[in-house]
Amino acid sequence: MNFPYVLTCIALMAVVTYLLRMLPLVLVKGQIQNSFVRSFLYYVPYAVLSAMTFPAVFSSTSSPVSAAAGFAAAVVLSFFRRGLLTVALSAAAVVYLTEWIMHLF
Amino acid sequence: MNQTFSTLTRGMKDGLPICLGYFSVSFAFGMEAVEAGLPVWTALLISMTNLTSAGQFAGLTLIASGGGFLELVVTTLVINIRYTLMSFSLSQKFSPAVSRPVRALLSFCNTDEIFAVAMGQKEKVTASYFLGLSITPYLGWALGTLFGAVASGLLPLSVQSALGIAIYGMFLAIFIPPARQFRPILFVVVFAALCGALLSLVPFLSSGWRIILCAVAASLFGALRFPIKEETV
Repeated sequence: MNFPYVLTCIALMAVVTYLLRMLPLVLVKGQIQNSFVRSFLYYVPYAVLSAMTFPAVFSSTSSPVSAAAGFAAAVVLSFFRRGLLTVALSAAAVVYLTEWIMHLF
Repeated sequence: MNQTFSTLTRGMKDGLPICLGYFSVSFAFGMEAVEAGLPVWTALLISMTNLTSAGQFAGLTLIASGGGFLELVVTTLVINIRYTLMSFSLSQKFSPAVSRPVRALLSFCNTDEIFAVAMGQKEKVTASYFLGLSITPYLGWALGTLFGAVASGLLPLSVQSALGIAIYGMFLAIFIPPARQFRPILFVVVFAALCGALLSLVPFLSSGWRIILCAVAASLFGALRFPIKEETV
């Protein structure tokens, strides 16, 4: 293992990631008055999470079928406002069961 | 002081589900890192200094294949540039009382999930709340990596596969309840999802760029079509 290489890589990743997170938070301290910008920023978290979920969720397990089953379970439980952990673990359990059933056939 | 302590513990409590979600995802990261030939401690070091899922997985692939520094920097930049957007959004949510040096420290923990939970708060976010919200996920991320790296090869493939969906289950649990309550959020979410599905068909477009393009397009759509009135923000 080439340690100087690996350590340099880790340092580069860490610095880039940190700067991206730190700069806007430190530089923008006042409240933005522009209502268009405020509306835009209001929607950002939901848009980011949705864009990260679709379509990646369907290739997150070893089969699109089990992923779709886990996804359906997560959607139903989230709709009924179950907590983050309940939804995450239930989805994983449904994936596990689906794959187990798939192996029977 | 009492007030500070109670918001700190409230933050820690809110961070607990994220912690457990992170544990399973970073467990997978630790396993992959060791399988790619990295020693356990370097996997742990990556998780403790980066605290980001997609960026770490991409970085790991590059390190394992001996990729160049510029390639690594550009990849990390592209995948993680969404944090700039989120930090910008978070800057409006932080209480003005939080000083710049404290903001600089706390920004290290601005991950997708911590950000989403912080933004979901009704009131302005204080430094102690954000700190509490960050502590447990950070520990979960580090410990998950360590356990995954050590246990690499011990866990059956079926369990590894099932854990792969955990992080997305968490995402859905974060954005579906507000989308159910407030119709414009639903439209923005569906817009971003359709955009993601469409752009995933474009060859050579990395997932990092795809996420940025879709998030910006969907947020612009929301801001133009459903402007938010002052009180709600």
